[in-house]
Amino acid sequence: MNTYNQARLKADRCVRGVFVLAACILTLIIVALLFFMSQQGLLTFKDVSVGEFFFSSVWNPDNNQFGALSFIIGSLAVTVLAIAIGGPLGVVGALFMAKLAPAWMRAILKPAVNLYMAIPSVVYGFVGLTVVVPWVRETFGVTGGFGIFTAASILAIMILPTVISIASDALGTVPAMLEEGSVALGATYWQTMWHIVLPTALPGIVTGIVLGMARAIGETMAVQMVIGNTPQLATSLFMPTSTLPSEIVVEMGNTPFGSTWGNSLFLMALVLLLLSLLMIVLVRYISSRKAVRV
Amino acid sequence: MEQVITAQNLCLFYGKHQALKNINITMPRNKIMAFVGPSGCGKSTFLRTLNRMNDLIEGVKITGQVNIAGQDIYAPRTDVVELRKKVGMVFQRPNPFQMSIYDNIAYGPRIHGETKKSVLDQLVEESLRGAALWDEVKDRLHSSALGMSGGQQQRLCIARLLAVKPDILLMDEPCSALDPISTMRVEELLGELKDKYTIIIVTHNMQQAARSSDYTAFFLLGEMVECRETNTMFTNPQDKRTEDYITGRFG
Ligand SMILES: Nc1ncnc2c1ncn2[C@@H]1O[C@H](COP(=O)(O)OP(=O)(O)O)[C@@H](O)[C@H]1O
Ligand SMILES: [Mg+2]
Repeated sequence: MNTYNQARLKADRCVRGVFVLAACILTLIIVALLFFMSQQGLLTFKDVSVGEFFFSSVWNPDNNQFGALSFIIGSLAVTVLAIAIGGPLGVVGALFMAKLAPAWMRAILKPAVNLYMAIPSVVYGFVGLTVVVPWVRETFGVTGGFGIFTAASILAIMILPTVISIASDALGTVPAMLEEGSVALGATYWQTMWHIVLPTALPGIVTGIVLGMARAIGETMAVQMVIGNTPQLATSLFMPTSTLPSEIVVEMGNTPFGSTWGNSLFLMALVLLLLSLLMIVLVRYISSRKAVRV
Repeated sequence: MEQVITAQNLCLFYGKHQALKNINITMPRNKIMAFVGPSGCGKSTFLRTLNRMNDLIEGVKITGQVNIAGQDIYAPRTDVVELRKKVGMVFQRPNPFQMSIYDNIAYGPRIHGETKKSVLDQLVEESLRGAALWDEVKDRLHSSALGMSGGQQQRLCIARLLAVKPDILLMDEPCSALDPISTMRVEELLGELKDKYTIIIVTHNMQQAARSSDYTAFFLLGEMVECRETNTMFTNPQDKRTEDYITGRFG
């Protein structure tokens, strides 16, 4: 073997090593994160029973009552509702951008959508506080205007750019020859979109929705400003309640590290992490089953 | 002989670029006509005017007339969906949908409103038999169409067309992405389909045109130079340019 080839093979091995190393580091970080959160969080169960933490909604740290149910429900409800509103809107927007908009409009929309992603969440929170909260109060005739519905509306708008930009990229890569095949059989434009283009782009669309969901469930600032921050179980979409991240950020500052209270906040963060992983896996699973059936 | 397709003074522009120049041609029913000519001479473009696929492209302008089965297909009131059901198209690269074999065939009938399973089952079998594919796939109708070979995929695309019961089949270089054996099978299929359908096939391959068509039309630089029975075209072309092309003296 000549030296030139040997050098190339060596370079090849080096590059591969770099990739493996990067993957290892990433995995290590996630494992370390889980380990750290668990180590601190699980200490909670020295003083609080598992049943109480997950199934009681009485949160009164001064009285040693640590029931986190209302936060868990709050987080789930806000996320699911935000996806239910923002997901379809985002997909329709992506369809418009990728398939309907003329070239010049696409050239404006694409960077504009990316710009939206850069808006800090505290700005969304302010808009929520000054526009959406009064609007909800008047439109639905409720007192306050804080709660799950308000938070979910804001989140729905916040996740739109993510969903739109990833879904429209996915729609853009659907081969034109599939569309032509459908149209040539006498399908209308919308039949072609619905039966051919959307299903073909489904994996990419799901990725967009998953990322939107991850953003929604972890969003702290914007939610904290409009959810009401009251540790009570929500029985309506329009009453003040709280979510895992918003409760953590509200209480973190005045909680002694290592106390039961402090540990329980770590546990809440761990639950949040697991919940979002679980939801991602669930969405992937459902969509992969659907893709096989189609 | 009955002429199903007539084009008169047909011109087509992509923006400012004129891709078809004054095409006049007629095509008889239940025959196979081959379009030959060098790349970029407008064969695909002309084929796509016959089922109005060019409607999808921005900036296309068309003048002149195309009559199919007695109807001016560019008249304002033309039902394009009906037209495309009657005039089906097979593309250069096989383009099966990401669905099962069965669903690929049932797609056309379903979008046209057929929901009865028994009817669909029957259509699927008929169409697959019509495309000489039934025996190869009858045991795996519900597996993905993307797992088939290229030649099978192309015949699936033909079967998919047959399921909407067209009269005319337009095929744009249907064998150019296939190996010789698959090409042979598609050519055999053409012979069988001829009894029921009027077929136009674009091909780069002179032997293919000579073997499988009844009529041949030669295109050059957006013009239809000459159109006659395949036998006389290949033995006794009238136009000097045709002769140069088929004897291979052409650039
Ligand atoms: N979508 C299009 N937009 C602009 N010009 C096109 C388009 N499609 C084809 N053309 C031009 O029209 C001419 C004929 O093309 P085509 O019909 O594809 O030729 P052929 O199928 O005979 O190879 C070529 O000059 C080509 O560049
Ligand atoms: Mg072509």
